[in-house]
Amino acid sequence: MTDFSLEPIRTSDWNAAAARHLLRRAGFGGPPEQVQALAAMKPASAVELLLDYERTPTVEIPDSTFDKDIRRPPTAEEREVSQRARRMKDEALQQQLQQMRNERDREDREQLREIQQWWLQRMIETGRPMQERMTLFWHGHFATGYRGVENSYHMFLQNQMLRQHATGNFADLVMRILRDPAMLKYLDNDESRKGRPNENLARELMELFVLGEGNGYTEDDIKEGARALTGYTFDDDTFAFETNRHDDGPKTIFGSTGNWNGDDFARIILSRKEPSLYICAKLYRTLVNDAPGMPGRNEMRVVDALAKKMREGQYDLKPVLRTLLLSRHFYDPANRASMIKSPVQLVVGATRELGVPVRNMSTVNAATDLMGQSLFMPPSVKGWDGGQLWINTSTLFVRQNLLVYLITGAGPEGGADLGSWDPAPIRAALDSATAGDASRDADALLDLVLACDATPERRKQFRSAMEALGGPLEGRRLVRALCLVTALPEYQLC
Amino acid sequence: MEHTPFSRRIFLQQGVTLASLTSTLPWFIQQSAMAMLSPDPRLSSRPGEPEDRILVVVQLSGGNDGLNTVVPYGSDAYHRARPSLAIGTPTTKDGALQLDDKQGIGLHPRLEGFRDLLDSGCLAVVQGVGYPNPNRSHFASMDIWHTGKPGGRDHGWIGRYIDCSCSGSPAADAEVAIGRSAPLAMMGAKANPVSFENARLYQWSGKELPGGLTASYDAANRAGALDGIDPGSQAAFLMRTALDAQLSSDRVRAAIAKSPLVNYPGTKLAGQMQSIGAMIRDGMKTRVYYASINGFDTHGGQAGTHGNLMREVGEAMRAFQNDMKAQGNQDRVMTMVFSEFGRRVAQNASGGTDHGTAAPMFLIGTQVQAGVHGTHPSLTNLDDGDLRFTTDFRSVYATLMDRWLSAPGKGCAAKVLGGRYDTLKILRT
Repeated sequence: MTDFSLEPIRTSDWNAAAARHLLRRAGFGGPPEQVQALAAMKPASAVELLLDYERTPTVEIPDSTFDKDIRRPPTAEEREVSQRARRMKDEALQQQLQQMRNERDREDREQLREIQQWWLQRMIETGRPMQERMTLFWHGHFATGYRGVENSYHMFLQNQMLRQHATGNFADLVMRILRDPAMLKYLDNDESRKGRPNENLARELMELFVLGEGNGYTEDDIKEGARALTGYTFDDDTFAFETNRHDDGPKTIFGSTGNWNGDDFARIILSRKEPSLYICAKLYRTLVNDAPGMPGRNEMRVVDALAKKMREGQYDLKPVLRTLLLSRHFYDPANRASMIKSPVQLVVGATRELGVPVRNMSTVNAATDLMGQSLFMPPSVKGWDGGQLWINTSTLFVRQNLLVYLITGAGPEGGADLGSWDPAPIRAALDSATAGDASRDADALLDLVLACDATPERRKQFRSAMEALGGPLEGRRLVRALCLVTALPEYQLC
Repeated sequence: MEHTPFSRRIFLQQGVTLASLTSTLPWFIQQSAMAMLSPDPRLSSRPGEPEDRILVVVQLSGGNDGLNTVVPYGSDAYHRARPSLAIGTPTTKDGALQLDDKQGIGLHPRLEGFRDLLDSGCLAVVQGVGYPNPNRSHFASMDIWHTGKPGGRDHGWIGRYIDCSCSGSPAADAEVAIGRSAPLAMMGAKANPVSFENARLYQWSGKELPGGLTASYDAANRAGALDGIDPGSQAAFLMRTALDAQLSSDRVRAAIAKSPLVNYPGTKLAGQMQSIGAMIRDGMKTRVYYASINGFDTHGGQAGTHGNLMREVGEAMRAFQNDMKAQGNQDRVMTMVFSEFGRRVAQNASGGTDHGTAAPMFLIGTQVQAGVHGTHPSLTNLDDGDLRFTTDFRSVYATLMDRWLSAPGKGCAAKVLGGRYDTLKILRT
């Protein structure tokens, strides 16, 4: 029987496997010594270490990390030159200006790739894995795609905002996303004005960001919400409220009438009960279980309790996350290995857990695209569906082959070097698990790398695979063994 | 799990024996087995029956210059707008290939492949295809074509069609794309294409490592769902997909390894078409294949580049159609050729053309109404220097969904496209 209790896990149930589960779900996993360190703490302290990450020092990210001027608006002088070129029908000059624009487009796309790689690298190296994990969650929730924004620096600014508030307050996040230049551009609110409201942002605010599809709003609520949001736009890199574009007439949203602006609109929908349920169900699928149909009827009891906590805390996220990550339900066997790793979790997790070299970030980044999760390029405003939809025959090969690349350096054109890194930390972890009994190495490796408990049939298979390697599991043989264990279908579980 | 595995009993009743019919049977084998057992005669696999029909999509990336593909050589405005790029009348040296002398329309002189297809009744040209409020960004316009939606933000039109036409889960190889990544057009809520750039890479790369890991890998990945695993669990799903992947890889690589019945040119696009031809010959259950060719963004020095591209496209399509004929599959395969936009009417100062709007599409196969369809956009009534489209691309999609791929997905077009679009009289069926 599944334990649906949100009471804290008993100290007697706390062990290395539980610590590894926490580290994988609240972060991206970590090396064996990190797991051991967490396992040696009290459960509440382990959760605290991950969740109250403000105490962990971090590398500050200066705004100057990326060039903010690639897409800066043209200066008065530049505007004049381009107007003159048009007026005088100066084709050579127009052509030159067009080439400069094309060049800036190219540079901006290049910078977006740099930002993608920078974020992957940060997730791999961070001492605050939960902050990055939640930033990734919000990126998928308030999904904004570069193609609709075409401004890499605005994507970076949004990413910074989500990181800063990753475990802050949900209502606050909603207010901030309504002021985010990338989002305002992506959902066309910069073109929304009195008399010609664009409904895109209002619709998604209801349907995807706050309430959930069909959760009690009407088409009229959307239309009125869109009017409230008119005038919410941006100037260069900052939010701007243009009063002359704003429709300041009375609007009726969920039956309440007033001269609402965008903030009022958000406050009205946040005052309802649905958002806490919607967000907690989504957190459940992100942190606890993403099997089809989850959370089901029974699991909804857990979601209800979390939503109540969220409402009591006025949308503060930490109390909800703390309760969940510490709960008996979270550690129940039904919720171990019950999720499918996202491509980013796969890449970042393998690097952090196995200690493989990072190799070429540009190759790794390209692989996330092939696996269906290109950062800053979600397939739509719905974000990534996740779960089983990550996996098909093509992406499964890419996943397995990416692991071969990380472990051995072998890419499409070969280049394998089994001696390119030293798996000594993995060997040490095996030694401590087996107390030096080499006959137990195969089982210990499965237990160390897989999130699930391998079945007897798999263990038998894997033991003969390890025997076929022809000698003790160390050095290059251990590297080959890692290629095999990460190619097991179960390796995709988290 | 909405997916119920077929019980052994049903198979025995129907007299079908499948030795591997256990819980480890991969999904797409189950799908074929289901089709085999179906009492509905419309789901039979006889050639000519709609569910047996195949669509091949060929994408010309970068924005193909429509006006130098289907050439309005009879228009003065065309020659005025393109002093050095305009293609002359069919009687001049390097002039257009005649399409319609009344309208004064021809094909690019390097499109001899298309001319031959037209002569054999296998080429339909749809003129002036586009959509309202054209977007001139490559990304944005390509997304609009891929989704069939004005904002370009949805799943792909082919993926949604497969979702709509398949009851339950789509077969694992219902869609195959050749390319680095899966095209958005093929991504559905459930449907997902098999995609690979090179069939050699559509397998585990660890097999090439020293030390012989293949046997151990196969043992783990070909076992299907293991004993003791809940069939509805995530682990079981992964184990079944792993087996699907091995079988699909075997099948695709074996198909592609065979030499074709006809000669294909040595170009990249021809190589993709050859692979698609091989998979069709091998009898894969794939409904839609996808190929693409880059390089159409001809902002400068267009004449030579574009001519080479026209030759590559024409020759590859001609070879593919010959292959279909040699295989006897010519009546069940249709190819659609498109690009995200055409180019501006006037040439630019660098001997090239910039991003424009409407452009022709092509349908290739024995079942097309051969010839020129629709109206060529006016070269004098322009929208800020750009052509006004005369046929909505979603009408072409609707025609292909409801009149070509039809039977299982009857009526899917309106659902997929979020509205009704007139079907066009461009097919013989």
